[in-house]
Amino acid sequence: MSSNKSAVSDKGIAAKIKNVSDTNLLLTITIVVFFVMYIGAIIFQGSGFLKPQTFFNILNQNATLIIVSCGMSMVMIAGGIDISVGGLTALVCMCCAVYLDFMGGNLVVSVLIALAIGLAFGIVQGFLVAYLDIQPFIVTLAGMFFARGMTTVVYKEPFNVAHEGFKELKLTRLLIPKMGSYTKKGAYIDAYVELGVVVALIIVVIMFCVLRWTKLGRSFYAVGGNSQSAVMLGINVKRTKFITHLLSGILAGIGGYAFFLHTGAGSPAHATGMEMNAIAASIIGGTMLTGGVGNIIGTFFGVLSLSTIQIIVATAGLGEAWWTNITIASMLCIFLILQSVIMAWKHRA
Amino acid sequence: MSVLEMKNISKSFPGVRALQHVDFRLCEGEIHALMGENGAGKSTLIKVLTGVYEKDEGEIFLKGLNKAAVIRSPQDAQNLGISTVYQEITLCPNLSVAENMYIGRTKGMVTNWKKMYNDADKILRQLDIPAKARQQLSSCSIAVQQMVAIARAVDMDCKVLILDEPTSSLDENEVAKLFNLMRNLREKGVGIIFVTHFLDQVYEVCDKITVLRDGQLVGEYVIEDLPRVKLVAKMLGKELDDMSDIKSEAMEYKGDGADGVPVYEAQNLQSNAGIKPFDFYIKKGEVNGFTGLLGSGRSECVRAIFGADRVISGKSQMNGRKVKISKPIDAMKNGIAYLPEDRKVDGIIGDLSVRENIILALQVLKGFFRPFSKAQQYKFADEYIKLLEIKTASADTPIKSLSGGNQQKVILARWLLMNPEYLILDEPTRGIDVGTKVEIQKLVLKLASEGMSVTFISSETDEMLRTCSRMVVMRDRKVVGELTGSDLTQSKIMSTIAGGDK
Repeated sequence: MSSNKSAVSDKGIAAKIKNVSDTNLLLTITIVVFFVMYIGAIIFQGSGFLKPQTFFNILNQNATLIIVSCGMSMVMIAGGIDISVGGLTALVCMCCAVYLDFMGGNLVVSVLIALAIGLAFGIVQGFLVAYLDIQPFIVTLAGMFFARGMTTVVYKEPFNVAHEGFKELKLTRLLIPKMGSYTKKGAYIDAYVELGVVVALIIVVIMFCVLRWTKLGRSFYAVGGNSQSAVMLGINVKRTKFITHLLSGILAGIGGYAFFLHTGAGSPAHATGMEMNAIAASIIGGTMLTGGVGNIIGTFFGVLSLSTIQIIVATAGLGEAWWTNITIASMLCIFLILQSVIMAWKHRA
Repeated sequence: MSVLEMKNISKSFPGVRALQHVDFRLCEGEIHALMGENGAGKSTLIKVLTGVYEKDEGEIFLKGLNKAAVIRSPQDAQNLGISTVYQEITLCPNLSVAENMYIGRTKGMVTNWKKMYNDADKILRQLDIPAKARQQLSSCSIAVQQMVAIARAVDMDCKVLILDEPTSSLDENEVAKLFNLMRNLREKGVGIIFVTHFLDQVYEVCDKITVLRDGQLVGEYVIEDLPRVKLVAKMLGKELDDMSDIKSEAMEYKGDGADGVPVYEAQNLQSNAGIKPFDFYIKKGEVNGFTGLLGSGRSECVRAIFGADRVISGKSQMNGRKVKISKPIDAMKNGIAYLPEDRKVDGIIGDLSVRENIILALQVLKGFFRPFSKAQQYKFADEYIKLLEIKTASADTPIKSLSGGNQQKVILARWLLMNPEYLILDEPTRGIDVGTKVEIQKLVLKLASEGMSVTFISSETDEMLRTCSRMVVMRDRKVVGELTGSDLTQSKIMSTIAGGDK
């Protein structure tokens, strides 16, 4: 009780911070840390990071992760988790690759296939979690194994797609004027982003708006904050949980197609561990595993932070996988400690 | 003109007939108290009305509806103009105050934040609630959160407002404010169902009383026709033995050590929960208490003694021997037991059975790698179920399906099983019915007469006057006085709390 009195009477920055919601506070931390890191990279690792294309490449390589992480954050905000998304991405890639390459299929149909697979997983997983009240971790773990297994069933070997229409689509790039750079020979090259990035950014905007302004989005927060209270407040908790998994499935379908566009190949080993990267990105972005707190813009910056650190590690000559993993681990640690220290300070008696 | 009629309502749970053919009638513009002991069926009736439980039998009629209402979910109830404010805060701590007031009941798909904040601020000002619309709910005190819940219900233009134990976490000023609000709403023609354990409050605001007992309707009475004593008798189904004088029944402990070295003594004890350093002692066979207003630091003191908060300075002694208590396990090993204030948070483990909950503390003390045999566990559990008259289907029933008073008894059993030298009870009678309250008070006195030292904390002063022989008075997180003997009167306590000028 006394804490509230003191919070009201405190003056200055401390009081202001205490009035900021948890979500916005964590978002601010994320964005600040990202910029600090990127500027640090520019200072210590030279001019490579100054080229706009370096930044755009981060986007190009991570379009899928951005899309999938949006879904992950949404599920986590509503108090759940969805670890099937990596497997789902691989399954979508493989199915689309087989359809286009072996059956000489149609591009539009391949997109529909991707969406349908995502939708099917979303419906089944959502039903199990929401209406049969099974732990989301278990349900989506089963989903992950199933998706990985099915990927191998569809086709065992990795292969590149030779479908003409698809190749054209894959190479479609959105040029960004005045951001290009000169090669060593002095030729000017336009900066570009791939199609997947455009899709990813649109999804970030849509998901942000959904979570910020729609009734549905706000009920995600309520359910994650306290699902029993949410029932009492007149929110259909079961339906809300169902929808989170449904949307996460569809987003994984879209993300899978973006992955397919980026790699142009199907492989059972695609997107291995992507669900964990999505969770990491969401957490770095200020989403709490306990639910109720999080922001899509934060998640977007979470993905950027995660990949920036990977590039920093790589350009520092520590290209081996374990170095990347170790740095990501320490970064997650630092973030979580930072978050909990600041939150504890904010809620201190 | 009745706004709500419930006819012939029945509801059973496995092994329990929670409601049997209960009728209930609420008129426009009245405050109607729903009274009964724990397990009488008040909560069940309310949950049936609000759609949390589905009734087995019976019909609900609402004004303006010419057929029986169908209520299958809280949402249905809300749409029909039935709003509820529960004892436990049923809001989302991670959302803003305004959002908590409007979520789940706005029209349209999109949230207009600016309008929502303005509307919320307007209502908060109207009702004189000290919160801002943009504030995150978790930064408000429990009392303010409760008021936000009421503001939400009020704004829903409800015909029937249910207040389920809304006052149990409010202090006197806040209760007064709430009552003003209730009277206001009565003027506007809202029918209010008020569930509480505080008899004073019933007589302060209510017009009618409906009494339930063991899932059955006892009767509906106009308040003037039912004096307090009769009400209690109706609730218990028997004439209550003299409540005001249970102390004399108990023999005072006169055995070894009654006047010797204190069982427990603290010097300059201070914890990180914001209390000033305090001195304290308790003798063998003594019952004493901490009193003071809500938030004056009563609970924090005993939490410091038990090591539940981090102790930052001071010394403690048991029987003249210096001991170091920095964690609850240290206290337990030294024979101190603590029954916490909030049984839902600190006490019960809902999914475990009554037996497992009883055995818990002793098992911790013994070590998890040397479990008690099943037979031993049942022996302990059955002994205390009988001793404390715990109403449970069996020792294997999950504790969460027991009523509040019985849950409290289970936790009491847990600590009694350890046979502690020094027992601390923090609000053991909160939210439980009159009959059980008296039982617990008697039990405290009996334990003391057998040589146990007990610290008893309660927000109801008369309850403490009945049990304690010495009271430590607190104000603003500081010990401001100690009363014994003939000083132990309501007025003396009040004046000490107020600072001696009254």
